[in-house]
Amino acid sequence: MKRKHKRLTFVFIALLLLGSAAALVLTAFEDNIVFFYSPTELAEKSPGPNQRLRIGGLVEDGSVAKPGDGVVTFKITDTASTVPVRYKGILPDLFREGQGVVAEGRMRDGVFQADEVLAKHDENYMPPEVAEAIKKTGQWKGQGDAPGAAQGKSE
Amino acid sequence: MIHRFANPTRFLRLADRIQPWAAGLTVVLGGAGLYFALFSSPADYQQGETVRIMYIHVPSAWMALFCYTALAAACATALIWKHPLADLAARATAPIGACFTLLALATGSLWGKPMWGTWWVWDARLTSVLILFFLYLGYMALNGAFDDPERGQKASAILALVGFINVPIIKFSVDWWNTLHQPASVIKMGGPAIHPSMLTPLLLMAFAFKAYFVWVLLMRMRGEINAMKIRAVRLRQVHAAEATSADAGAATGEAR
Repeated sequence: MKRKHKRLTFVFIALLLLGSAAALVLTAFEDNIVFFYSPTELAEKSPGPNQRLRIGGLVEDGSVAKPGDGVVTFKITDTASTVPVRYKGILPDLFREGQGVVAEGRMRDGVFQADEVLAKHDENYMPPEVAEAIKKTGQWKGQGDAPGAAQGKSE
Repeated sequence: MIHRFANPTRFLRLADRIQPWAAGLTVVLGGAGLYFALFSSPADYQQGETVRIMYIHVPSAWMALFCYTALAAACATALIWKHPLADLAARATAPIGACFTLLALATGSLWGKPMWGTWWVWDARLTSVLILFFLYLGYMALNGAFDDPERGQKASAILALVGFINVPIIKFSVDWWNTLHQPASVIKMGGPAIHPSMLTPLLLMAFAFKAYFVWVLLMRMRGEINAMKIRAVRLRQVHAAEATSADAGAATGEAR
């Protein structure tokens, strides 16, 4: 075996070992790496009232209510299960029914008390006319119900 | 084959031929890309005009990963085959990659505030890209941290190879874990989830960034080769001066 072949084998094996080590570490810390839990995962975990966490999913259609005093209540769903959320503060522009959101806070008495709500953006990019046309054909798979809503708000 | 261009003169001749093409492509593709990105592409149905940040952000992020892969490949070539130009190429690549990574982080942050509602979150994608930025900085710092440049090259090359583990983690972070960052739009199963009118400027910008990388890389490697030549000349001068003074010292010693 020539010296450079020895070095090649060494580098290859070292990278392989490092890769497996990294994979093991990342699997072990998976709970800390995920940015949010879905409502179904939250139901399985049943966290204590003082445990801060984030939940993510879609804002359920027709669930957004504003009881006043700047408070917003809505439901986050992953279609399998649903979590009611209570939030006081400013919502991001993209927040609306049918939109993906991530809320951070604590679970208290079956209601998620959020102190931060972030909008999640999906991987679809298209002009408004195209979004409108897809909706008309009933093939819509993107976020939100009214593609004109965000447009109108930003103008 | 790989050692054909080990000769700096032969490499410089090739670089002379490629460089004007790379520069021209950067200007033409970048100009067309910017025109499409800023004037002749539609606003997004959700993001409005903010979508235009993507035409800088996504190509920068691609380049951040591409440059690191190039850096790791150059470091492996230097360590395993002892190719004389590989160290130069690695050293020339690192700052370019670091700049693209910083650009991706900054533009992403500017997009995140209006869209997500936050400048920064510690999700898997954002955090792993920040680590990539630190890996670039660490490589550059370690490379220059030794008096003997060869030791610095070896130590930093090992660091770069170890850090390469991070590249697949960045790429697949959005699929492996729940993240706030959206999954890939262009390279995915079932074709891109991005309208052709928006894909055109994105790809034009991506190729412009690639051409820019080649252009700047060749310029930086030329600079590194010149610096090496100057160092060699200086060393020779110092040795010559030492030799004559040693001779003179020996002569006076004998005279006494």
